Amino acid sequence: MKLNRQWTWFHRLGSPRWFYQKTQCWLPWLGAIAAILLVTGLVWGLAFAPPDARQGNSFRIIYLHVPASFLALAGYYLMAIAGAVGLIWRIKLSFMLMKSAATIGAALTFIALFTGAVWGKPTWGAYWVWDARITSMLILLFLYLGMLVLRHAFTNHESANKASAILGLVGTVNVPIIYKSVDWWQTLHQPATIKLTSAPSMHPDMFAPLLVMILGFYCFYALALILFTRAEILERERRASWVRELVAEKQGGL
Amino acid sequence: MQFDNVQQLLVMDGHGVYVWSAVFVSVCVLIGLIIRPLRQHRRAIKKIARELNPKKTGKLTGNSQEASDASNT
Repeated sequence: MKLNRQWTWFHRLGSPRWFYQKTQCWLPWLGAIAAILLVTGLVWGLAFAPPDARQGNSFRIIYLHVPASFLALAGYYLMAIAGAVGLIWRIKLSFMLMKSAATIGAALTFIALFTGAVWGKPTWGAYWVWDARITSMLILLFLYLGMLVLRHAFTNHESANKASAILGLVGTVNVPIIYKSVDWWQTLHQPATIKLTSAPSMHPDMFAPLLVMILGFYCFYALALILFTRAEILERERRASWVRELVAEKQGGL
Repeated sequence: MQFDNVQQLLVMDGHGVYVWSAVFVSVCVLIGLIIRPLRQHRRAIKKIARELNPKKTGKLTGNSQEASDASNT
């Protein structure tokens, strides 16, 4: 009996209906906070931060490159964990989050690679270098895309979920490699600007807008994840009575 | 501001092309990440509404809506 009560919250948390209804009121707030942070950080970084002594103005790309890479990596963990939770406890919502995270992660990895390439041209003289960091990021992009493509190989939705969750878990090996690549190998890519264990190797005037951008990207990530998952919930649960009632209510209000 | 005028902000001592193209592509991708799920959401609601009340919405939207939905899935 006691065990049952303990598990109810867990299962309610995993209920698509609960997620859909709960997130409804968060959306405007998250959207506003993300937009304010991103616009502030970008304007600050592009126009007001001082230029880098060695790289000049091209360093301003950092304000997109670093936050996008951060979230591409953190999002991979989120996706892998969501997949594991789905596999272990058979929670539908977990697989939906995993699918949403794969789409967003692929887009953010693309941003990280694109801004990196464009930054590489004035700094290293080449758009693309087969450096350890860049190559492992490219593998991350393929892992994300693989997650999305693999789904289409299955006609059964459940086996598609399981297979992509396993692919996601196997791919986690790559994430620490990306983090450590700049320390393990002598690479062209500069070492991390921000480390948890030490002060940032950056002037506070340059660092402040970067921090704003990172926070903005985190909020944006949460917003996109919720939006994608809500759309997925409606598609998957369209036969459920609560979804039908919800749509009927909306129709009546029109 | 670090730049005296808009022209300098755009050129950025020759680095403007790189910086602004990075900004443009990133912003487009980010906007896409918001618009896509919103569209998907709206499409799902329309689909469910049609299933609930095929006569009413079927006449309004016609067959073209049906065809575009089929190609999307």
